[in-house]
Amino acid sequence: MATNHETSGHEPNFYEVKRGLKSWLYTLDHKRIGLMYLWGILGSLLLGGAFALLVRIELFSPGQDIVGQDRYNQFFTLHGAVMVFLVIVPGIPAALGNMIMPIQLGAPDVAFPKLNLTSFYFWCIGATLLLVSIAMGAVDTGWTFYTPYSLQTPTAVLPAVMGVFVLGFSSIFTGLNFLVTVHKFRPQGMGWFQLPLNVWALYATAIMQILATPVLGITVLLLFVETFMKIGIFDPQLGGDPVLFQHFFWFYSHPAVYIMIIPGMGVISELMTTFSRKPVFGYRFIAYSSVSLALLSFLVWGHHMFVSGQSRLATMVFSALTFTVGIPSAIKVFNWTATLYKGDIRLKTPMLYALSFLLLFTIGGLTGLFLGILAVDVHLHDTYFVVAHFHYVMMGSTLVAFLGGLHYWWPKISGRMYPERLGQLCAVGVFFGFNLTFLPQFVMGSRGMPRRYWDYDPEFTIFHQLSTVGAFVLGISLFVVVCYTLWSAKNGPRATVNPWGATTLEWQAPTPPTLYNFETPPELHELYNYDDLEQVADVEWVRVSKPEGADAVAKSSADH
Amino acid sequence: MTDQHHDDHHGLAHTASLKVLLGTGGALLVLTILTVLATKVDFGTNLNLALAMFIAVVKATLVVLFFMHLKYDKGFHSVIFVAALLAAALFVGYILLDSNQYQATIIWDPLNPPVAPVGPKLIP
Repeated sequence: MATNHETSGHEPNFYEVKRGLKSWLYTLDHKRIGLMYLWGILGSLLLGGAFALLVRIELFSPGQDIVGQDRYNQFFTLHGAVMVFLVIVPGIPAALGNMIMPIQLGAPDVAFPKLNLTSFYFWCIGATLLLVSIAMGAVDTGWTFYTPYSLQTPTAVLPAVMGVFVLGFSSIFTGLNFLVTVHKFRPQGMGWFQLPLNVWALYATAIMQILATPVLGITVLLLFVETFMKIGIFDPQLGGDPVLFQHFFWFYSHPAVYIMIIPGMGVISELMTTFSRKPVFGYRFIAYSSVSLALLSFLVWGHHMFVSGQSRLATMVFSALTFTVGIPSAIKVFNWTATLYKGDIRLKTPMLYALSFLLLFTIGGLTGLFLGILAVDVHLHDTYFVVAHFHYVMMGSTLVAFLGGLHYWWPKISGRMYPERLGQLCAVGVFFGFNLTFLPQFVMGSRGMPRRYWDYDPEFTIFHQLSTVGAFVLGISLFVVVCYTLWSAKNGPRATVNPWGATTLEWQAPTPPTLYNFETPPELHELYNYDDLEQVADVEWVRVSKPEGADAVAKSSADH
Repeated sequence: MTDQHHDDHHGLAHTASLKVLLGTGGALLVLTILTVLATKVDFGTNLNLALAMFIAVVKATLVVLFFMHLKYDKGFHSVIFVAALLAAALFVGYILLDSNQYQATIIWDPLNPPVAPVGPKLIP
């Protein structure tokens, strides 16, 4: 990876500054830390994906296909835990955000580089603990670790929740770092409303990471106290309250859904405007909607608990509040659609993922409204309808946005282009594979197929079989993406400074960037104004005029 | 440079006078004594609790404002501090409100269980 990279300028790029394993393990460079996160997350994606395929194979026909009930419970638990805690939560902020966000601000690094590296090592420790739990016999509670079952099961719950505890710290450190970076490392002339929408989204995410994640830590800590000191907190046998666990868990985990999706929305905003060659429609509304989604996410956790024994008053209040989330979400979808209108749309791989996101997120969001209605939720709760809904949001939206962002910024970070045709083919494969997997799950869920069941009535067979075939199309597409990303890091054609003709500051940095990102301070141009950019080759754009009256970024790398 | 000058006004740059520190310390001592004395008078359980909590809030506010220098800090930091308190209050307050309502339905005396909810009658 560190060889054969060339910077378009004179300084060595960040791969060439130092070489060897030690230079990576001790690095404080946000790009290297982001890359290490990326490899870890892609590895976890393959692991979590393998568990998903095992689940789908088992469900191909009624009765036992490959494993018994207990092993099946472990498979879906590990699929959920690995995907949520190791892939989707850190995916965009820790990997793509780390690599790109400081460069989008024209900054040389994040505010606290050592904290950034600590955050990565905490992620490694958390991931190791999850792997230890697999080695010790895996967990069978589902990723939600609901009590009292999680206190009674003989499986390895404690190492798994210890892993989650440590991963929470990793997430908080990243959020804190980004929050301070956005406040303190903005260059002169870049006000809040000159920030790229990706930065707005990461900022909103950071607020949630800092405010919500400690509650997850508290919850896990209370589980420990209950297990080892036998103090009744969640276990009714000890005088505890199991519904309290759900309150604690969802107070974190609902904002966590937005920790997953909002960074994806930031990526999509960038892709929509760049590949439509148009300023994003309603910039301020999209920016404000990110922050309002972050705040509203703290008010709706009880909609996961409509049938838990929660009080009637709470269910009514949470149901009403749930619908408010639809407003900022819809603002984003309408504004992205309006951005496309009369745009000069370029169907490059990142844009294919962005368009997929638009469709999948709309389906995921709208089916969420069904589940927010009390009378409907009573019937759909714990069915495959819910499984399909949250996969459309968490996988169909977040992971697709992650893939779109990965393809978009990969040339900048690696200095190499990925194979475009293969990329487009895989993007189409992901879209069709995903829909084939999860659309049938809406149908069987609405017909009463419960989630997390090892066996089912024969009437559901066809839906499960379609779903399994879709999962394989999806899995193969993702596997090919990981393979060609690795391949292109060394063998892809060299990337230009601005292959997509984008306007944000990272596209003024050398490709790949230097250690402190810029050789000369970048110039601030009007955000999302594409008039001055001219395409000189398929993946090469140049600016044809100097900014008029635009302030040069005064804070050079040395200032920091 | 205006921004640079502004940045110098962070908490560490301010030194509280001895008068303010001693005054705050004295006020905390007086309030502690007041808390103890208040327990000697029976206003009823709820009022006693409310009074104790009120004094505790006043003490915490004094600590945050003067010992932790929030009074001399940027207004934005006060916003962050209050927002964090509100988030914690929302979490704890709403859960207490809810659990108070459902307690009787989930934790009961086995010898005297609550009446099970009755659904609609089935039409034969």
